[in-house]
Formats: sequence, structure tokens, C-alpha cells
Amino acid sequence: MGILVNSRTQVLCQGFTGYRASFFAHRAIEYGTKIVGGVVPGRGGQTHLNLPVFSTVKEAREQTNASASVLFVPPEAAKDAVFEAIDAGIELIVCITEGIPILDMLRIKQHLENTSARLIGPNCPGIITPGQCNIGIMPTSIYQQGNIGVVSRSGTLFYEAVAQLCREGLGQSTCIGIGADVVSGMTFVDCLKLYQHDPGTEAVLLIGEIGGAVEEEAAEYLASVNYPKPVVAYIAGRNAPPYLRMGHSGAIIAAGRGGTDKKIEALRDAGVTVVNSPVEIGTTVRRAVR
Amino acid sequence: MKVHEFQAKEILRHGEVETPRGVVCHSLDEVPRALKQLGGSVWVVKAQIHAGGRGKGGGVRVVQSEGDALGAARDILHRPLVTPQTGPEGQIVRKLLIEEGIGIQSEIYAGLVVDRSSQRVVLMISPEGGMEIEEVAAATPEKILKTQIDPEVGLTTADASVAARFAGVPEPLIENAARFIQALYRAFWDNDASLAEINPLVVTTSGDVIALDAKMTFDESALFRHPDIVKYRDLDEESPAEIEASDAGLSYISLDGNIGCLVNGAGLAMATMDIIKLYDGEPANFLDIGGGATTEQVVAAFKIMLRNKQVEAVLVNIFGGIMRCDVIAEGLVTALKQIDTNVPVVVRLEGTNVETGRRILAESGLTLTVADDMDDAAAKVVQAARS
Repeated sequence: MGILVNSRTQVLCQGFTGYRASFFAHRAIEYGTKIVGGVVPGRGGQTHLNLPVFSTVKEAREQTNASASVLFVPPEAAKDAVFEAIDAGIELIVCITEGIPILDMLRIKQHLENTSARLIGPNCPGIITPGQCNIGIMPTSIYQQGNIGVVSRSGTLFYEAVAQLCREGLGQSTCIGIGADVVSGMTFVDCLKLYQHDPGTEAVLLIGEIGGAVEEEAAEYLASVNYPKPVVAYIAGRNAPPYLRMGHSGAIIAAGRGGTDKKIEALRDAGVTVVNSPVEIGTTVRRAVR
Repeated sequence: MKVHEFQAKEILRHGEVETPRGVVCHSLDEVPRALKQLGGSVWVVKAQIHAGGRGKGGGVRVVQSEGDALGAARDILHRPLVTPQTGPEGQIVRKLLIEEGIGIQSEIYAGLVVDRSSQRVVLMISPEGGMEIEEVAAATPEKILKTQIDPEVGLTTADASVAARFAGVPEPLIENAARFIQALYRAFWDNDASLAEINPLVVTTSGDVIALDAKMTFDESALFRHPDIVKYRDLDEESPAEIEASDAGLSYISLDGNIGCLVNGAGLAMATMDIIKLYDGEPANFLDIGGGATTEQVVAAFKIMLRNKQVEAVLVNIFGGIMRCDVIAEGLVTALKQIDTNVPVVVRLEGTNVETGRRILAESGLTLTVADDMDDAAAKVVQAARS
């Protein structure tokens, strides 16, 4: 089981012939992901990694029936590429691209509102249902099949958490890196809603961080629905100096808003088990499910 | 990217947002001519540094004679100005903005930010001009009106008028104030700003609506389409280490402790700081080498980090996804061979191509402590920093 992607999911790659796209598409194919082709404007008719290249997403979708697309396009081309994917009827858009202008993202969000398409990212590691489908840049060897759902705003901390789960013998149903940009697609709440009804997910692990309010929103949602599965969370940045921008645009803490303490309090009040130490994530989830 | 007040006002004037007339001075010699050029009998001498809270630090003075203006300029220019946002050492003032005095009828707060929860640009308006908006938000939130702006439609005349009325602008000036707020929004949007704050926006005694102060920051991801704004970057306002880091595409923030941290990814970097603290250690920096870092970037990262003489041990914590462990290992070996340091280095590598990475480290001939996992790494580095 798992959510959003499985062994039948057919995936396109936008920006397919670039160095990074090629590297990670090749890994995805090796993993067994059904990458069915790529899109590069002006390169239609060529082949790359033994797969067809199309000039437009529309054309690619007509020829392949792909329902998902992963984007490795440059940031200045990202807005048009996401719009193109939405307009071609792609259901799941996974945007790996880092450094998309914030105002472009606002336009993308606005456009998404009128459709049923889902966006993961941007500036995210992607999504994986272990053993079935890997879309993005995650180190696939660390994931194992199982029934813990994992959603993370961070990239590498996400891998750390998954490695800890595996050390405890806990595999994953579906893992989603949602990114931590100021404006981004799917949130913790969106993912929690899907895990809630997934029989393959027994418990959910959230990896949050300072800045923004997606943790607080998750807490509100969990409290409002009497969530049927255990939820564990770790929030990074308790020792982050205030007023400093930490790496990515999301991690801005100012005037007490978006601070770890409030997030942790809100989550605990909603019945979430919040881990204090980043090295105790795996053991805490094990206790929560047994 | 931050800019100075006088630069923000230049940008705003291009967008037909009215500001006081002003002249920038780099030395005392330029002050008398600036006063003459501006005319009148009241002026404001304003320190130009990137940090806020300049008024509280004595960096803004109202003067009524050339003698007073020179006195104020002498007090402020080429000296460190300490404000609530600079840290105790302050920031050296290299430029002054001298502006004409303005007769103030009322002061308003106007701000534009990208709001994470609504995923919209939000206009914030308050009649409490001149106050810190965070304080207003905490004490009297009902005095702030927030208006979400549709990116396709922009800020409508109706919404801008409602905002102006909420701020207490007298009825005959509502149209004027609404036009001001709309022009401010256009300047924000057209320049890919991430923040525009006019505090205070004033209604003058002669009935004009004018930006008495201005603060703007710009989305660094959008600078590729704004070469005119890139020109405003003032390297004097940034620390040498931070400039070097940003040139190398790294994110570096210096802190007070003695354990240098070199980590890939902001979340893991923050978690690394958290675990060091749990072992009673103190991080010396935040350093995120990011996604597609190269060997050269790792070398730059090590050099920047080790320039801080407080660093007594270094923890390298890498979980490779997009950043492959072999790239990190090569960078580490190259950097350590170039730098020749006695500072103990603890390395924790995991992820893509980890075996190759570990082999490169093992065959390098360098003395490194290799940790099994993050817990082990934190314990080892805290111990290394103590001994």
C-alpha cells in the first residue's frame, strides 16, 4: 500500500537530459520506478536513457499516459514548467528545483487552487514508496518496505530519521519530502489526511523545523479529527539563534512566531509524541507502534 | 538581500511612491552642501546601516542648524552604531542620509510581506505608525488590518481605500493614500521584494502622503531578473566570512561556541546543533553546504570555518542524497591537506556512495575520527573539544 505513488505510477521527467536529472532518473529506473519518458523543449523525438523525449508535457502525456512528473528544470524556467504540467493534467508534480522566485511560487499556488493536481516541493527531495516507486533525489538504499508514513520539511534530516527507523526494524509505507520554502505545495495536513485512510500506514512521523506554521496547522488538524494513528514528531532548530536565516528560506524565526517551543507545545497538546533528541527518533516511533 | 533606506527610497520613487527629498553624505565635508541643496530650516540626519532600530541607537537626529547637523554627523558617521538588531559591537556607519524636515499630521504603519500561512502577499496596515509592528501585534492585534492580495488581480483600489480608512487617514486624503499603498504594492511586486515596510508612512501637515522611512528586502532567488537591484548590494554591511560563504554558495552563520559544524542541509545542520547542545557542547557556527556542493565549495567551507580561532574541534555530518559522499570525502581530503590544521575533525558520512566516500577518507593518510552515527559523532566531537 502507501499513498500517492506505487508500482503502477508512470512518471515523466521534465528537464530530462540535464546532468542531475539523468543521474537521478537513471537511479529511479534501476529502482524499478516506471519512468516513461522525459520533456525537454525543442528536443522532441530524441531518446535519452533509452526513453522517448518530448517537447511538451501535453504531448508526453498523450503518448505515455503518465500521471506524475518530476521537475529538474532551472529555477527561472520552473514556473512555466509547473504550469505546463498542471495544464496537461498531470496529477502529481514533484518539483526538485531549488531557488524558484517566491512570487513565481505564489502564481503557481494560485493556479493549483483551481485544479486537482498536487504539488510536492519545490526544493524538496521527492517521494518514495519503498520497493515500488522512487521519484526524486533520495538515497534509495536506506528505505525499507513497511508501515510508517514519514513526512519531512528537511532533506538530509529526513534521511537520518529514515535510517533510524530502519535500525529499529521499522520500514516505511510512503515517505514524502515536502520542502521548507516559504511558499510550497503539499503540507503536513495534506499528507496526514492521506495516511489516515491508508491501510498500509500504521503510524506517521513528522520532521518539522523552525519557521512557518505547518506544524501548528498539523496540530490543529490532528486535534480536530481525533486522528486514528499514532503520530511522532521531531522539530529541528531548538538552538537556532533567533532572527537568523538558516540555510533555506523557510527557516526564519522572528518575534517568537514559528519558534520550536510553540510548535512542540501545540503538537503535544494534540496528542503527538514529540522527540527531544534527533538521535531518538527511531526508538520513539518503535515505542509508539508497540 | 537587504538594501539601505536611501536605496529603498530610490526604488520607491521610481515606482511613484512619494518620499522626502534627501542627499547621501559619505563625509562631514558634504554636509553643508547637502543642507543648502535641500533648503528649509529643519533636517533629519539618518545613519544608513542595514540593521533596524536605528532611532533607538541614536542614529536618527532632527537638527535645525548647520552646526547641529555637523555635530550630529560627527557623532554618527564612521562610528559603530549599536541598535537592538546589531549585536553589542554595533555596525560602522559609512553613509548618512540627510533629508528635509517634514511637518507630520499623523503616522501610519504600512507593510507588505509574503505570508506563509495564507500563501499570499499580505498588506498590513496600522494606525500605530512609528511603533515596532511586532509590539503592536502582541499588545493590540486589533489595531492591525491584514489584507490578502490575489497575485492575478493585485491590490484593488477598494482594498487599498479600506486599509487607508482603517489607518485613520482623513476622508479627503483617502484616494491619495490608497494610490500610495497601491504604488507601494506595485514596487514590491515588480521588484520581487520579500518585504516592504513603511514605518512611518505620514500624512503631512500640507496633506501629502509620504514614506518617511522605508525598509525593503529582496528575494535572492529572483535577483537574476533584477540586475538594477543587485547593484545596490553593499558589501560593507556584511561580515567577510558571510560574503565569502555566499560567494561560494554556502550558508554560514558565526556563533559563540567552540565546535565547528559542517553539515549538508539546513534541517540536519539544526539537528546537529541540537544534539551538540544535548551533549553540553556549544556550536561555533551554522554551516550548510547545501545540495549540489562541489569539492571547491567544501574547501571554501572548511577554510571559512577554521578561520574562527575559537573552533577547537570540527564535526562533519553528511547524509548524502543529492550530495554524494564521495564528493564530500574528496573535498574534505583536499581541504585538510591545503589547510594543515591541528584541530581534531570528527566525520560522520552516510548515504549515496558512502562506501566510496569512506574509502577515500581511509586512503587519505589524514588523521580523522570516523563516527558510526550522529549520536556517536556528537559524543566524540564534544569530547575532542574538551581535551
